[in-house]
Amino acid sequence: MNLDSKVPSGHITTKWSNHRFEMKLVNPANKRKYQIIVVGTGLAGSSAAASLSELGYQVKVFTLHDTPRRAHSIAAQGGINAAKNYPNDGDSIWRLFYDTVKGGDYRAREANVYRLAEISNHIIDQCVAQGVPFAREYGGLLENRSFGGAQVSRTFYARGQTGQQLLLGAYSAMMKEIANGSVSLFTRRELVDIVVIDGKARGIVVRNLINGKFESYSAHAVLLCTGGYGNAYFLSTNAMNCNVSAAWAAYKRGAAFANPCFTQIHPTCIPVHGDYQSKLTLMSESLRNDGRVWVPRKQGDTRKPSEIPEDERYYFLEEKYPSFGNLVPRDVASRNAKEVCDKGLGVGTTKLAVYLDFSDAIKRLGKKVIEERYGNLFDMYEKITGVNPYEEPMMIYPAIHYTMGGIWVDYNLMSTLPGLFVLGEANFSDHGANRLGASALMQGLADGYFIIPYTIGHYFASNTFSKIDETHLAFSDAEKEIEQTIQRLMSIQGNRTVDDFHRQLGQIMWDYVGMSRNEKGLKYALEKIPEIRDEFWKNVKVTGVSNDFNQTLEKAKRVADFLDFAELLTLDALERRESCGGHFREESQTEEGEAKRDDENYSHVSVWEYNGPNLKPNFHKEPLIFEYVKPSQRSYK
Amino acid sequence: MSESNTIHLTLRVWRQPNAATPGRFETYEATNISTEMSFLEMLDVVNDQLALNGIEPIAFDHDCREGICGACGCVVNGQAHGHLKGTTLCQLHMRHFRDGDTLVIEPFRAKAFPIIKDLVVDRSAFDQIIQAGGYISVKTGSAPEASSILVPKKNADLAMDAAACIGCGACVAACPNSSAMLFVSAKINHLGQLPQGQPERYRRAIHMIEKMDELGFGNCSNHLECEAACPKEIQFVNIGRMNRDYIIAKLFHNEEAF
Repeated sequence: MNLDSKVPSGHITTKWSNHRFEMKLVNPANKRKYQIIVVGTGLAGSSAAASLSELGYQVKVFTLHDTPRRAHSIAAQGGINAAKNYPNDGDSIWRLFYDTVKGGDYRAREANVYRLAEISNHIIDQCVAQGVPFAREYGGLLENRSFGGAQVSRTFYARGQTGQQLLLGAYSAMMKEIANGSVSLFTRRELVDIVVIDGKARGIVVRNLINGKFESYSAHAVLLCTGGYGNAYFLSTNAMNCNVSAAWAAYKRGAAFANPCFTQIHPTCIPVHGDYQSKLTLMSESLRNDGRVWVPRKQGDTRKPSEIPEDERYYFLEEKYPSFGNLVPRDVASRNAKEVCDKGLGVGTTKLAVYLDFSDAIKRLGKKVIEERYGNLFDMYEKITGVNPYEEPMMIYPAIHYTMGGIWVDYNLMSTLPGLFVLGEANFSDHGANRLGASALMQGLADGYFIIPYTIGHYFASNTFSKIDETHLAFSDAEKEIEQTIQRLMSIQGNRTVDDFHRQLGQIMWDYVGMSRNEKGLKYALEKIPEIRDEFWKNVKVTGVSNDFNQTLEKAKRVADFLDFAELLTLDALERRESCGGHFREESQTEEGEAKRDDENYSHVSVWEYNGPNLKPNFHKEPLIFEYVKPSQRSYK
Repeated sequence: MSESNTIHLTLRVWRQPNAATPGRFETYEATNISTEMSFLEMLDVVNDQLALNGIEPIAFDHDCREGICGACGCVVNGQAHGHLKGTTLCQLHMRHFRDGDTLVIEPFRAKAFPIIKDLVVDRSAFDQIIQAGGYISVKTGSAPEASSILVPKKNADLAMDAAACIGCGACVAACPNSSAMLFVSAKINHLGQLPQGQPERYRRAIHMIEKMDELGFGNCSNHLECEAACPKEIQFVNIGRMNRDYIIAKLFHNEEAF
């Protein structure tokens, strides 16, 4: 497998601008002859669809939701990073680049990260012009706040709803193009296969979720903007419909999967409260700006938090990491929460929670300021838990939140399947082994607004395309194949529900492939996952019929794919015998229990190539070379 | 966490196989419901039971379950998103119900929202209204430096208040006229409060309102049910502001619309 990253030559600060000049262009009059399929309408998908349509390409957009605005980007709360340096606190493109490479624990491609930092400022310009109502100061200028893993304030935000506002910006830009007639929108369609003709991705097959029928669409290129795979763990902060199926279909058609074991556990989520629980809710990391994380120093301390005196509280992040304190990166904060709970210091009924306390901030700044900053988050917490966080500390615990791994892409965002581009969380590119807060929105929009419009033109201009349409045999073959899978699912009529299997898989993943991993546990998971999968295919119950609106069937197909994918994730975690970022291998830690990288053996992207059903995938490495940021043991002390 | 209890409920749920077939209420028992569950988790539990008994689960739209995506929503005992103020259905927790309650669960009903199945309705009319003008026409790459546009904090805050709309459709379901004016006015005021939104302000008002009328939404007759039902507490005053823009547009800017 050819893993040419296509990183341009030259100094890192000029790579992207040189590359933009060197890439071929498509004549404006010829652009409308090219059709592009965009799958997914989150930040990456919507921004790409809008921008490509503005250039003159013919774009077809697909979403499994009833409207593009539901995509899970909408749930991002805290903010979006950019190197504007408005607060005059020492920020720069170089510092954002440096922080992101370091935050990712030196497992990202330097050139990609630099480009991301470079583009970050244009994103803010674009979003402001679209009418995104970012927080303002009294003088009318944009306000910034700080976020984990950075010592500067570079995060732009719109209350606790930044993702919503950015998505609505990209959504409305796309709606404008739909009105212009160059974007066609297909809602309630779920990708079931990618069609490859003459070695290039030339179309997709979707299931129409209203009538269950398969539909084929051809194009000159396909963009996957289908998000991450956190729901492999069943309980995660992802929305219920987030799934790996589109990425998995791409993988099976020849797009290699990179670093699947790089999953991010977010430290501030509302703890699990029962078996019936369907998902976990994130409380924005921005809360750690003013909230202090602590547990009682004594095991089994059942006093109310307000009754525990200051000197009997263990502010473990502030004590262990004096320079970053409560604002250490997510992986560090999560592992420390787990560690104190493992020591029996956890709070709440399950003892799997730590306090996030705002009483000092309320004393210092007043309730009104806190309300202005986090009002909607506090309300949400109270709605879910029935506890008022202005009066009692919040209880939080880590949960699966984001996946840094994804489909391998080169510098042009193209996968190993020519013509298949992957954007946003669905690709593996910029966050290494750990993503910093407020960087997901930045990356999704960078990919969609400012990278793909350039790189896709180069792809079109440097390739020739055979004339094909949906009548090509490859489409009907793909439809037949997926029809068989669907009929197989419908015919089992077993005794267990789809969710029951999903929950069982999730428990294995969380226990053995979760916040901390070891060889024995991973090997155990690799035995259990196929067992669950075998039983699933013998004993799952899918009600209703296939040619109808059937949500159970939708779920069953997604869980079937998760059951395949979970094995790859686990295999990758086993293969990487080092700790880095969100991937913590117990065998590889410092004396103080921090993640210990092994740069000599693991400074690479782990890339997996599909090899056929039930066969071990081929393993490849893309070496990572750090010319500009010298890897060091990450320290936030 | 607050203290957990278990309650039993009777559900009267609207079941309708598709738009062409008439629907009816079916009665199901929801037993051993923890008061810590969300309303949708309660439906999950009921659905699991139905599935195991060979009955097709109740179809309902949902996604983020954090109250922000706008996918979920149905009418519970006559109120869109249930009785709790400023709350989406996914954020309504069962501690707000009592043991023995009967809950009547129906889809959002409006001419412009045809039923797809059970509690699932087609809200694509909202997308069409946005397509008619719910945006600022700025192409990627053509934006000026962000800090060159000054927005007074008050305007930014008012814009954000309106922009918080999640497009769930509860306002339409709650309105006796099935009017979409709260939804439309939220977008018009979000953009109309900002300097960036001024060039297209009146054109936008005319186009969006005319599209809304065309799609079969009713008119506002000041019941204010929309504001009461809105899970994001979008204020009714937005409708007044929108009407003002519309009148000014019609009187002084009508030619711009075309």
